[in-house]
Amino acid sequence: MKQFAELIRTLDSTNKTTLKVEALAHYLKTASDKDKVWTIAILSHRRPPRPVNTTLMRNWASEFSKIPLWLFEESYHIVGDLAETIALVIPPSEEISEKSLYQFLQEIIELKPRSEEEKKEYLKENWFSLNYYERFVFTKLITGSFRIGVSQKLMTRALSKATDIDEDILAYKLMGNWDPATTTFNDLILEEKPEDFLSKPYPFYLAYAIEDKPESLGSVKEWAAEHKWDGIRSQVIIRNSELFVWSRGEELVTDKYPEFEKFIDIIPDGTVIDGEILPFPENEIGTFKDLQTRIGRKNITKKLLEKTPVILKAYDVLEWKGEDIREKPYRERRNILEKLYAEVASEKIPLHLSKTISFENWEEATKERERSREVKSEGLMLKRWDSPYLVGRKKGDWWKWKVDPLTIDAVLTYAMRGHGRRSNLFTDYTFGLWDESKEELVTFAKAYSGLTDAEFRKVDAWIKRNTLERYGPVRSVTPHHVFEIAFEGIAESKRHKSGVATRFPRILRWRQDKKIEDANTLEDLKALIPK
Amino acid sequence: MKIPLLVFNDKGIYCQAADVYLDPWKPVKKAIISHGHADHSRWGHQQYITHYSNVAIIKHRLGDITVAGKEWNEAFTINGVKFSLHPAGHIIGSSQIRVEYKGEVWVFTGDYKTEDDGLAVPYEVVKCHTFITECTFGLPAFKWVPQEQVFNDINTWWQQNRDDGKTSVLFGYSLGKAQRILKHLDTSIGQIYTHGAVENMTEVIRSIADLPPTHKITRDTKKEEIKGNIVIAPPSAHGSTWIKKMVPYVTASASGWMTFRGARRRRAIDKGFVLSDHCDWQGLLNSIKATGAEKIICTHGYTDIFSRFLAEQGYDAKTEQTQYEEENAEEVSKEKEENG
Repeated sequence: MKQFAELIRTLDSTNKTTLKVEALAHYLKTASDKDKVWTIAILSHRRPPRPVNTTLMRNWASEFSKIPLWLFEESYHIVGDLAETIALVIPPSEEISEKSLYQFLQEIIELKPRSEEEKKEYLKENWFSLNYYERFVFTKLITGSFRIGVSQKLMTRALSKATDIDEDILAYKLMGNWDPATTTFNDLILEEKPEDFLSKPYPFYLAYAIEDKPESLGSVKEWAAEHKWDGIRSQVIIRNSELFVWSRGEELVTDKYPEFEKFIDIIPDGTVIDGEILPFPENEIGTFKDLQTRIGRKNITKKLLEKTPVILKAYDVLEWKGEDIREKPYRERRNILEKLYAEVASEKIPLHLSKTISFENWEEATKERERSREVKSEGLMLKRWDSPYLVGRKKGDWWKWKVDPLTIDAVLTYAMRGHGRRSNLFTDYTFGLWDESKEELVTFAKAYSGLTDAEFRKVDAWIKRNTLERYGPVRSVTPHHVFEIAFEGIAESKRHKSGVATRFPRILRWRQDKKIEDANTLEDLKALIPK
Repeated sequence: MKIPLLVFNDKGIYCQAADVYLDPWKPVKKAIISHGHADHSRWGHQQYITHYSNVAIIKHRLGDITVAGKEWNEAFTINGVKFSLHPAGHIIGSSQIRVEYKGEVWVFTGDYKTEDDGLAVPYEVVKCHTFITECTFGLPAFKWVPQEQVFNDINTWWQQNRDDGKTSVLFGYSLGKAQRILKHLDTSIGQIYTHGAVENMTEVIRSIADLPPTHKITRDTKKEEIKGNIVIAPPSAHGSTWIKKMVPYVTASASGWMTFRGARRRRAIDKGFVLSDHCDWQGLLNSIKATGAEKIICTHGYTDIFSRFLAEQGYDAKTEQTQYEEENAEEVSKEKEENG
């Protein structure tokens, strides 16, 4: 555990990618195989199921540290991380634990079915026998994932450094369903076994946002354009008469979309399609809000399937007739996809084709992009006709060219302390728009991002001096500051007081030049809802 | 109803019986000043009273002011109200202000810490009826480790960076923290360089305390000459063009806020050392108990939380609004001043 805690501390205490890769590679060379497998699992968000709920942990931490529960809760609000709060308030220990990471995880897995008393005893014993940082790491293993800036990409790079295996191969090996409790390092990483690959998706190729004018990409003829759909990026795999649906977060979500089971009989074995899962109520593309009713559910009821069916909007083929065709140019892969689509289109399966649009010039493309909201897309995707399907986020061949966000000027009305790295600043804001009479501000959105650290500090200092009332962690403030809020989409909503739901609201800029009278009204906002 | 000996009004902490303010935030006739940080000693008062060792500091900061210096425990009477200054241990020259009138004793801490930092005269318990305390770090999450351990870590870090061919840049406020760090650096590792703001303040403090030699970084300082050494700079220097001269460098901050993992990351600093000039949770509780006070007034920091906890422990505790800033806000205003 000492070695793992030290690794986490090193990863957490630098912002430099090269140092992180170095530290992780060193660890992956020197740790025991069992610890290595668990480290890979944990850093790729494969923790064991939580053995104790957080309410109990909070109660026990407050009991063991001899502070009232409310004080523990207040501290938690300010520290912003439960494991960190627990590690800080528990008195320093004199003992030293020599257990390995693997042993701890074994114990955590075995803890789940135990009685509450046994769990309490277990936590007490360990909290009091680890030093501050190890206590933090141990508690984090129980409560949640480490957010220490280790991406899948960074990990594969470190692993590649440690093992001399190609990064792309490692990315492939690490995907999918493997259980760190039963997998050995040899099985997972070193040995190659074809049968493991049945469910395995390919690493997604991700696009960068276009920075410049599209003209900088050269001739429009070299590019395939299509609309950028606002759903869940997915890979649908049909192999050996089995279906696997993977989301971009590398989650196997096959069970959530039973409508795709029909694919098995119709799409040939050895096919992997890259596309977007979209909601399709009443035979039309719905909003992301519709899709959310499907994402969150554990049980997909018949009623839900009728109300909000989904489709796969297909845009690429990565495997065809059991062969990895990612190296083939996009043009050839599209031909295969379109031929496949033409053959199965009559079968009434929820497979749609994301159409490729050709343009004569960039002006035409620009016009099409402006139409995006009408066709329920977020903008255009540009893919180079002769490009292979790459791994991860790479510049050059794929670009997303989103429409400009919708914006509105709103007034800051409430503020809450941020979490994690912003736990000491008021950075989570609520914004209001004027009602018809222009007398009252109606809350319409919350936003957490978009200001620089320096701006956040300024606004934070202002909030602390201009608090009207406090409600637990939330403060109401004097309406004074106007911010331009940007958002990607907008829809009517019965759940929101304003009657409007916005998608991905964030602060575009601080309008210090505007007075609160200049802020927009709720009517202005409603006028943006597509008819 | 009897008017309390000290009241909080829009200008500061006011003693009506003496017509004197303690650490006022707006210009007044007569001000007793606890210490030299900007939020406690402001411009524009007609007359300043403070500890001798703080006189040079506030003159350096505020220019030509009328100021009277007092000794520790030296009683002085204004309109029949007895005042005296007692060590607060926060930074060099920092005092608690004791106020006595008709047998009633109040103590205002300004800022304070209980650990002896080897530079400021250590904090002394002053018995009183009403204790006005800061609580910047009034949360059980804050527990300081002995400074010896922290300075060990700092010196080890410096040595490691030097071995890696890098310059160590350590951020701390130019008044207080910077000199505390200077005092405890292991000068056998290398040379100490300073940012102008730190150098100027350190020069003032050299007349009161013994500090190791420092080299001010100027336009003429050569890049090669700094390499592998340590540079002490105010937090505002982070992210400025000034720091480019130190390339290749590693940054660290020494502050109580470094307790939180988030605080270090938010500032994009490579390393955080938990080193504070304020009391930690237990330090606050111990001090309050030792004063024997029944009434506790919490000023800046986690006031609501801290006073609620004190009330549950049986104290008559409340919160008063002041314009003293929490340590992080303080940093920003001080930076402005140093830049200006």
